[in-house]
Amino acid sequence: MPVIKDAVCSLCGSLCDDITVTVEDNKITKIENACILGHSKFVGMFEHDRIETPMIRKDGELVPVSYEEAIEAAAKILVNSKRTLSYGWCSTSCEAISGAIKLAEETGSLIDSTANVCHGPSALAAQEKGSPSASLGVIKNRADVIVFWGCNPVHAHPRHMSRYSSFSKGLFTEKGRKARTMTVIDVRKTDTAKLADKYVEIEQGSDLLLVTALRSIVNGHEDVVPETIAGVPKAEIIELAETLKNGKFVCIFFGMGVTQSRSKYKNGDAMASLISDLNQHTKAVMIGMRGHYNVTGFGQVATWETGFPMAIDFAKGYPYYNPGETGANDLLVREEPDAAIIAAADAGAHFPQKAVRHLARIPVIQIDPYANPTTELADVVIPSAIVGIEAEGTAYRMDAISLHMKKLIDSKFKTDEEIVKDLTVKVRELKRGA
Amino acid sequence: MKIKANLISGRTANQGAHLEAKTHKGYFDACAYCELNSADLEKLGASEGDSLKVTTEFGEVVVFAKANGGNPDGLAFIPMGPWANAVLSPDTHGCGMPGFKGVPAEIEVTDEKPLDMKSLMKKYLED
Repeated sequence: MPVIKDAVCSLCGSLCDDITVTVEDNKITKIENACILGHSKFVGMFEHDRIETPMIRKDGELVPVSYEEAIEAAAKILVNSKRTLSYGWCSTSCEAISGAIKLAEETGSLIDSTANVCHGPSALAAQEKGSPSASLGVIKNRADVIVFWGCNPVHAHPRHMSRYSSFSKGLFTEKGRKARTMTVIDVRKTDTAKLADKYVEIEQGSDLLLVTALRSIVNGHEDVVPETIAGVPKAEIIELAETLKNGKFVCIFFGMGVTQSRSKYKNGDAMASLISDLNQHTKAVMIGMRGHYNVTGFGQVATWETGFPMAIDFAKGYPYYNPGETGANDLLVREEPDAAIIAAADAGAHFPQKAVRHLARIPVIQIDPYANPTTELADVVIPSAIVGIEAEGTAYRMDAISLHMKKLIDSKFKTDEEIVKDLTVKVRELKRGA
Repeated sequence: MKIKANLISGRTANQGAHLEAKTHKGYFDACAYCELNSADLEKLGASEGDSLKVTTEFGEVVVFAKANGGNPDGLAFIPMGPWANAVLSPDTHGCGMPGFKGVPAEIEVTDEKPLDMKSLMKKYLED
């Protein structure tokens, strides 16, 4: 039986590339090295609710059709739409993303990624102040001071700490966890916080205050910091500032606690300034804990093809970008789109009610291997092969390192790349006909 | 009895393990609950597994009660997913990102039961 080594796990942004997969009769029967999330994705695929056939909604019910019929129905929706939202494209390959951007340009759509509800504000922060970063390999080999700020890798990136950060053993960190100071800053004592040397509990939504206080202290102005700030006593903040300054190599990993809380992108913006301040004393970097395994890849591909990392509007015939105006949620809340194509992501589950309410009113095309809340709202459903399991392709890890995902088993389903290509051809055909 | 809480959402390992199995009951179990600390649950007179109605200016949702000693007083956590999104803020403050954390909420015990995923989504089609 074939045993495939060093398969890449296509679940979270850690993109673990050391998975051993045993395949028997074109089925994955054993997985080694994966976490609970990865294991569920690799092995669970035979138990989960796959979309078994393309479908079109008729009289309120989704009924099976052929790929050709589904592609044609989807292309008609796109051609008849004056304002299409194309959203998602993050649990798929860079090759499919490139095709999706081409389709968005062809149809004058607005295309956005899951960064809209994730690390979008981090992209804005990087545009404001830069993004002093490093590869996870550098963190593994060098970082002796690690901070997890508003993120909970025990749950969201379960192997991050053993492969790349707190527990990993590297060139200059051969003692592993003992060689590193681990601090967690959060609003509640998470399972990650329980593993930390130091847990700093802040008042929800006061991240910007704490970053600002830390900056004041690092820059020698601790006299301006009040006795308590962000719910944290000044003495504790001074201690944290000392830990950061005295580290040989500092990495602040940050998550949704930073990007989704009050001040949003200004939190990341201020954090980049703090990293810059710390670099007057030592070496410091920051890395966003990316969720979807290839949301980083969307940012890369979109940037080299359009100049912008997300929220790109092709309505004027050229790429236009102004998040807050062209973000997927802003668009839906303004009830602007008259059609949507949602692929390799689940807006039905992960957008707030007002945005979902509008999605329920307009024609929705879904491209996904699995049935999910978006399927409940979709009018045309096109099933796809699972990238990293049934299709190969490129993905970018959270530190923007590209990795090749292998095809492990055969599939009867078309790949996202093929579906997007077919759709583009059909759209052009219909437009010529018109 | 109602309590006022600050509502946040976020990932959990169980929610993540059901990312590609959202039609399964395991996903419902992993996402349709609200965590409060024991003192807050006591104020409500609720035990784990009781139904709680969470109301914000954006909507209401019924979820199960769960205890989490890591939550400070007045902090409520619902795993990310359609139940949390029934009540979180769609306002992006002009920067693209909705308000998934820090939404003022009122929480009370109810006799209603949480809706399963399909029933919850069906409500959007009926609106």
